[in-house]
Amino acid sequence: MSGHVLLEFAINVLSMGSLYALIALGLVFVFGICKLINFAYGEFITVSTYVLYFLGTFTDLPWPLVFLIGILSGVAIGFLSELTAFRPFRGRSLDALLVTSFAISVILQRIFQLGISPRSKAVPYPAFFNMNIELFGVVTPLRNILMIGTTAVLLIVLVIVMNHTTLGVAMRGASENFVTARLMGVPANLVISVAFIISGFLAGVVAIFWSARTGSVEPLMGSSPLLIGFIAVVIGGMHSLPGAVLGGYVYAFIANVLSLTLPTSVLSYRDAVMFVIVIAFLVLKPEGIMRGNYQEERVG
Amino acid sequence: MSKYSEKASGRAHDPLPADDLILQVSDLHVYYGSIQALHGVSLEVRKGELVSICGVNGAGKSTVLKAISGVLKPKSGSVRFKGMDVTGKKPEQLHKLGMALVPEGRDIFPSLTVEENLRIGAFGRYDAKRFAADLEDFFTLFPILKERYNQAGGLLSGGEQQMLAIARGLISHPDLLMMDEPSLGLSPNRVDQIFDLIVELKSRGITILLVEQNAERALKIADRAYLFSNGKVEFAGRPGDMTDRVDITSIYLGGHEGGDAE
Repeated sequence: MSGHVLLEFAINVLSMGSLYALIALGLVFVFGICKLINFAYGEFITVSTYVLYFLGTFTDLPWPLVFLIGILSGVAIGFLSELTAFRPFRGRSLDALLVTSFAISVILQRIFQLGISPRSKAVPYPAFFNMNIELFGVVTPLRNILMIGTTAVLLIVLVIVMNHTTLGVAMRGASENFVTARLMGVPANLVISVAFIISGFLAGVVAIFWSARTGSVEPLMGSSPLLIGFIAVVIGGMHSLPGAVLGGYVYAFIANVLSLTLPTSVLSYRDAVMFVIVIAFLVLKPEGIMRGNYQEERVG
Repeated sequence: MSKYSEKASGRAHDPLPADDLILQVSDLHVYYGSIQALHGVSLEVRKGELVSICGVNGAGKSTVLKAISGVLKPKSGSVRFKGMDVTGKKPEQLHKLGMALVPEGRDIFPSLTVEENLRIGAFGRYDAKRFAADLEDFFTLFPILKERYNQAGGLLSGGEQQMLAIARGLISHPDLLMMDEPSLGLSPNRVDQIFDLIVELKSRGITILLVEQNAERALKIADRAYLFSNGKVEFAGRPGDMTDRVDITSIYLGGHEGGDAE
């Protein structure tokens, strides 16, 4: 019995943590290169979710194709927002970029509200996605297992790209010292575009699994994953890609422990307890679990 | 030699063939916000030369390197590199054209390994075969890099980081290697090593523009030198002419680095 509880707990933490890790990674990829907290990231996820909704509701395209187009729409919105909105302000202050990201966020939300509908729409999913499967006596929706598997594959691919390709190495260098990387011949436009493309790609993957859980899409839905991403990043560390992943899993772990241990009368305050933990992190360990290497080298 | 005819026009005052002129900076004015850092600086570097820029802190030595390498945009004046007007080009474009900078404070990428640091140095000019051959060469020049090849750059000592920064600059096979205060903050032993290395690079025919506060050492190895003061070129010429003049040595070279004379 307790073995089953443990396995169920592990599956919950891993699947939720995988989703949160991808959300946090999407934020940190852009932050690492541009030092920009992209408040429009939640809307990248919303855009992808709407594409899933439209394709799933009004076309007969096969599911793999629907998911692929959904992900590519995340890539497109990431790439285009950088090209049209962020790039013209790049030489300016970080504040200008921050306000720009708010502007993109609000503009996209209004477009969804006025152009589509202010009300939420049901996102259709293939039946197998939410089918329950039994794993060593524990019943869980298949999407949880898919989520864990997809994240594992993506993380392996990202590790290979970031460590073993010249572009990946250049991006890690640029996130540590952007000017020096440019002096070594790394084109600023290239690494920033790629950072937004990866961020948009992750938003597209997140959209699939996020809306599979909620089953719907609405104009303001992006704020929840954005908030989760922030929390995961505060826990794990803003300056480190592994930190963001770790933060996602730690967040899911804490949230699940709270769900299991808090008395029912307090359970509705779970999010408040979560925020107390976040504040504690900000006070006690503001750099997060993994500090990253964004400061100067030691003097010797 | 055949390229010579392209460049013949327009610069009648130029005494040497234009092919020889790697870098030509003319009347450069650079501002940090509203503060003027360079007041009409002109200088040139010819193929195979080792040119030193000396002067006290705040004289504009680093600023001129930043303006040449594209980090700062000059308000007026021009930078010509290998005969092309490159004023206002981006750092990554200039790197591609054959400039390399060894930045002040080394600025290696601390969490990247020695190998990865070198790989970035070759970005855009990367060629796996040449990279491997260069490594062999570097390992004899900088044995420490071989030992530390897979370690994070941030774990190296200051002197080792400087070796790495220089190797990172060399690996792109630049036509002009610029070094900004390579001896800064190093122990006297390391300083000797760095200057020996610069001499070795020069003997290999590499064109070097060296910015150094340690004027005594820099003048000793330079073919020509520029003395900066308050954002202007105060003196230009052979190092010998400079050190002979008592007024210059006392005012600008100041003997403040005199402790490490050999």
